[in-house]
Amino acid sequence: MRIVTLPKDNLVPFLESTKAFGELHAPLRRGEESCALGKVDNAADIQVGCLRTILPPKKYFMPQEQTMFSFSPEGYEPVAEEAGKRYVLFGLHPCDIHGLKILDLVFSGKYTDPYYFERRKHVAIIGLDCIPDEYCFCDSMGTSFAEDGFDLFLNDIGDRYLVMVGTSLGDDMVNASARLFGEVDETAKEEFKRRSNTRREHFAVEVETWGLPEIFDMEYESPLWREAGERCLSCGACSMVCPTCYCYDVLDLLELNAEKGVRKRRWDSCLFKDYALVAGGHNFRKERSSRVKNRFFHKQRGFVAEYGRPACTGCGRCIVDCPAQINIVELITKLRSYSHV
Amino acid sequence: MSDRQDRQNPYQPHLARIVRILPQIPDHRLFQLRFEDDEVARNFKHRPGQFVELSVLGTGEAPISISSSPTRPGTLELCVRKVGRVTEALFRLGVDAVIGIRGPYGNGYPVEEMEGHNLLLVAGGLGMAPLRSLLWYAMDNRSKFKDIILMYGARVPGDMLFKYELLGLLDQPDIKCLLTVDRDDTGRWPAHIGVVPKLFDKVELDPKTTIAAVCGPPVMYKFVLQKLLERNFSKDHILMSLERKMKCGVGKCGHCAIGYKYTCLDGPIFTYWDVINLPEVV
Repeated sequence: MRIVTLPKDNLVPFLESTKAFGELHAPLRRGEESCALGKVDNAADIQVGCLRTILPPKKYFMPQEQTMFSFSPEGYEPVAEEAGKRYVLFGLHPCDIHGLKILDLVFSGKYTDPYYFERRKHVAIIGLDCIPDEYCFCDSMGTSFAEDGFDLFLNDIGDRYLVMVGTSLGDDMVNASARLFGEVDETAKEEFKRRSNTRREHFAVEVETWGLPEIFDMEYESPLWREAGERCLSCGACSMVCPTCYCYDVLDLLELNAEKGVRKRRWDSCLFKDYALVAGGHNFRKERSSRVKNRFFHKQRGFVAEYGRPACTGCGRCIVDCPAQINIVELITKLRSYSHV
Repeated sequence: MSDRQDRQNPYQPHLARIVRILPQIPDHRLFQLRFEDDEVARNFKHRPGQFVELSVLGTGEAPISISSSPTRPGTLELCVRKVGRVTEALFRLGVDAVIGIRGPYGNGYPVEEMEGHNLLLVAGGLGMAPLRSLLWYAMDNRSKFKDIILMYGARVPGDMLFKYELLGLLDQPDIKCLLTVDRDDTGRWPAHIGVVPKLFDKVELDPKTTIAAVCGPPVMYKFVLQKLLERNFSKDHILMSLERKMKCGVGKCGHCAIGYKYTCLDGPIFTYWDVINLPEVV
């Protein structure tokens, strides 16, 4: 892998230069404490220190609402929204890069989702390393480093970034502003190693994932699920902020002439009451506890069976945003403990 | 739009024309469909037990199991119960109306593995809809299977789907067709009276060489499974067809997930072994 360095003073000019490769989006200040990924007018506004954006980057690849088809009596015509528009997404931390890799698994396979991959092809990703806070458990989920899934990845090494060049597009971005970059020297290497060796010490929470699928099976009837169900408000916030929650609902909207219309899909949540409600009125998961359980079970157990890894990146968003303080780390820890306390 | 793009978009409905509507019983109709595009029609290959996503323009999409056998191509037959928004809209359409179809989806019955075995098909109510596809597949490939037994129950004679077609099988020598109704209010019912599990007293079954395909309401599953297990059927020789809420049909939208399986991709046909390992199934 090609590795170069970028002095921190050159970050803003470099990010400005990436606008030649697509519309630049990065974490921007939203409210007092939060950041959200948004369109960057001035690269100096980017919140480089932002740890966790409100929504994960999935919103660029499977938007909250998306038109799939326009229909008329002649049939269903696929709709390509803003076809060909390119983006550069800066500031994605390893957990979010892994989140996209997990979505790649879901949207590929026997049936490929053309809408998702059309967008995936048109977005360049510049990753950025981070120091975890008290909600991060990416280290436990194996997502605290990204070996791939980015075009460029910036590692903080003091007054410079060590920049991993992941793709040919990333290489073009570096070459287009070659004068801003420097070579890798011994000091840079040493500083990178020193920081990566000590990064682990910052993790305040940990979950043990070994044997977790089996434990989920064993504890399927655990009273902990009922307790979580009693607290859960079915608001679905956890799914909306989750970098790997991909469920969607499909709806057809008719124009007033009742001749033409569009078929849209929009984010759905398995916590919503009508999520498993079928025609005829039977609801396969009408209890809140069964819906909470289903969500965690699918992430930590079902997904492992289907794709060989959990659908959780340890980003901590669901913990931070749950209004009922349902905490997956706490839940897993309790499920794992010998006696339920 | 080119055909190539067509195949790349798994959500693309194809236009199909309703060529015939055969009323069955109240609120149930058999729709015969033909794709408007000849190439789509030619390329549509399904196996018994699979389903399609049916769109009624402007109303939405619903998963419907295929009732026709791939051995009888030409038209696609869907037996539909009027039960929700999409099916209510479908029932408002007449012959020659155009709807959207995409698929087929799901695993379907493992017909190749079932060859060389006795087949026991057990259906209750609308459960006959997917089993009819398997029934005619087996009858049209009769030499590939040993004994074929069909058990089908409805509440009353007027509630039996495909009634005349199935009554026609009563005296066929190459199938043992056991039809039953819970009660006969006509006094002219020519077959059995009683619930489906009772029919097990009428047949000899060799669990080693028989594969059972069961589809029906939960209460029927409960008692039929009991009968099969009493006769030492191995759990992977019992095939069940499950129903779930589905939107995409192709393993993306999440709705039909049960435990660690997707009903749309891994099912809708599951062995009983799969089923007892799936939480909250029936």
